[in-house]
Amino acid sequence: MKSKDVPQDDANMMQGKFREPVYSVDEKGNYTTVKSVGWDAKNEVMQDAWDNVNDRIEKARQNVIKGKSSPIAYYIEKNIMDVGIVASYMRIWKWRVRRHLKPSVFKNLSDEMIDKYCEVFGVKREVFLNADLRNTEEKQNINDNN
Amino acid sequence: MTTTNEKNNIHFEHKQSAHCENGVVSNMLNFYGIKLSEPMVFGIGSGLFFSHMPFLKVGGIPVTSFRPLPGMIFKRLSKRLGIKFEKHRYSNPHKSMEALDKNLQNGIPTGMLVGVYHLTYFPDPYRFHFNAHNIIVFEKKDNTYLISDPIMEGYESLSYNELLKVRYARGLFAPKGHMYWPKFVPKEIDLKSAIKKGIAHTCKDMLTIPIPMFGVKGIRYLAKKVRSYPKKLSSRRAASYTGQIVRAQEEIGTGGAGFRYMYSAFIQEAAEIMQNEKLRELSFELTSIGDLWREFAIITGRIVKNRNTVDESYDKAADLLLVIADKEEIFFKELNKLNKSL
Repeated sequence: MKSKDVPQDDANMMQGKFREPVYSVDEKGNYTTVKSVGWDAKNEVMQDAWDNVNDRIEKARQNVIKGKSSPIAYYIEKNIMDVGIVASYMRIWKWRVRRHLKPSVFKNLSDEMIDKYCEVFGVKREVFLNADLRNTEEKQNINDNN
Repeated sequence: MTTTNEKNNIHFEHKQSAHCENGVVSNMLNFYGIKLSEPMVFGIGSGLFFSHMPFLKVGGIPVTSFRPLPGMIFKRLSKRLGIKFEKHRYSNPHKSMEALDKNLQNGIPTGMLVGVYHLTYFPDPYRFHFNAHNIIVFEKKDNTYLISDPIMEGYESLSYNELLKVRYARGLFAPKGHMYWPKFVPKEIDLKSAIKKGIAHTCKDMLTIPIPMFGVKGIRYLAKKVRSYPKKLSSRRAASYTGQIVRAQEEIGTGGAGFRYMYSAFIQEAAEIMQNEKLRELSFELTSIGDLWREFAIITGRIVKNRNTVDESYDKAADLLLVIADKEEIFFKELNKLNKSL
């Protein structure tokens, strides 16, 4: 790729926090780096990856509202985690996390366990327990995934 | 960009790079007076690779990778240049921070592995649970740590708690407070022999691993898979599977060519050191292969954009992968031959 052809397709993927140095060839055929704000092809696949994340969050939210799973299921997706990652942060077995996904088990969880989950998910206790997910604005913006 | 820590006399120069592992090594060695560019580190450390492992999935999507496992570049480079590193992991997070503070007091910039998900200065779209990111901490001011993160353009900083959190991220490749710094740096390094070893290793990896998922064979294997995606998967899923390839290929800032451009830059620098015009010509060959990888990314970008409709482009993408595989096979055979004669 020639240096003058390095794409500058900004989709705010880097939120203005940095530009990427892209290796390319100058007029004399020598390698150099040119800073780029983005490239359509890459923006497209990154957007797709985030759309997948948002779809999973939405599905989990619906399951919590329908009473099929506990809020943990929702927060796992919202934090782009999986049962394995949550279990390692919680320092408990995976099967226990899976059990806690059942609303019937969740409602009997100890205070201590709930606090630990809140810490892992970075959410306040009252939000975690009392959140009516029906009212949550769900469509996460790609630039606001936290 | 430079900054000076007056008290400890740390004068740490930060240079942005396209890939974190190369960048950290390059910046750190620079501190000890060894000037190696990012492509040089990448080439000597044999950072170019290809693998497609359909059974290894992240987020439910098979993993394609254009580089070896995290840490390999680092390991190979230090072996080939005779640099010895001190490496430590700490089960107690606060002990690890104490050890870091002690290092900084002694004026030793310290490299470490961190998870990017909780890295506050990272742009959000890049914050996945990826735990093998490398940064250098070079100074502590009050309760703030100054950071040279090779992905960023300038210096960054993290508080005690923020740094502790990313050093003890969990999940795959959990860093567990891993930190490292050079304990022996030779006065003279034999760059030529290191370059030759680096090239030989990459050629071997790309051409001779007898498992069809790696090297040139792996690209052909992936071509077959890509062709089958629209037949086997929903159109949405097929698009995401193909899109992952491009995400790996683009990584951060490599120009969308799966590190092929960076490797060309290395070959070009090597040509100058070895005084070999033929090597320089070969770098142009690899650049044009890199251009084909970009073309593949563009086709894929279109597939992903039209993900909810049936797309005819999968065959085109697969055909292109086969062309790339053939060209890379020829390229690495020639490079290997030339390297042996150097």
